[in-house]
Amino acid sequence: MTTLNDYLLVSGLLFATGFAGVLLRRNIIIIFMCLELMLNAANLSLVAFSRFRLVNGLPNYNAQVLVFFIITVAAAEVAVGLAIIVALYRARQTTHVEDINSLKF
Amino acid sequence: MSPLLFWFFAALMLIFGGAVVLNRNPVASALSLVVSFVGLAALFLSLDAFFIGVVQILVYAGAVMVLFLFIIMLLDLKAENRRKMNGVAIAGGATVTLAFVAELVAVLNKLPFGKRTFPPLTAHVDDVKKVGETLFSNFNLPFQVVGVLVLVATIGVVVLSKRELK
Repeated sequence: MTTLNDYLLVSGLLFATGFAGVLLRRNIIIIFMCLELMLNAANLSLVAFSRFRLVNGLPNYNAQVLVFFIITVAAAEVAVGLAIIVALYRARQTTHVEDINSLKF
Repeated sequence: MSPLLFWFFAALMLIFGGAVVLNRNPVASALSLVVSFVGLAALFLSLDAFFIGVVQILVYAGAVMVLFLFIIMLLDLKAENRRKMNGVAIAGGATVTLAFVAELVAVLNKLPFGKRTFPPLTAHVDDVKKVGETLFSNFNLPFQVVGVLVLVATIGVVVLSKRELK
């Protein structure tokens, strides 16, 4: 049988994958996709805890509502972020973060 | 769900999550991301969260992914040519990630209830109804606020996408 630890480990590994992507990749769109991976890893552990701590024999639906809100906000965030990337590309003709350094000290 | 299926979908999710990071071509990364999210949706179903699983497929594999592919094709991004990678940055990133994984394993080993299996459900799961009831009773105000947030995001995107910002 799968235990709570299995789900939390898988969720943590997915988060680590996204985290590594944000730190290692230099393409701003890939960095954005890795941010989505990290958000979804958090969702997985929330749903696992919701199923683990039963309320009246049913999963704790407060956690699932929180996951629903996270998905909604993430979708809005993707829309705004990609619009910013398009505006940035129009100004600089690049999506490579090392070429975008005018704020660098 | 049987452990075999759990590990199959978990492996699917993690392998394609890794492919997102490792692919040089942004389109291949975006498509790997879809497969990864489908695996994640299967894990949600295995936790009896059917509504969340379906929303995950609709929102991520549907809407978000179309948006990503649209932007990649709009910007006409090609596969990156090999650049000289900064060795210090790679070493730093890998160290932080490995430290995180080590920390995670240490914490999970100490978790007192982590080794327990999931308790069986004693009531009938009517998941959409229950999520809806919770959403519209206990969390009605946050729900309205999220609606405003999505409206603000829509207006913001239209303003950002205009040719000239004044």
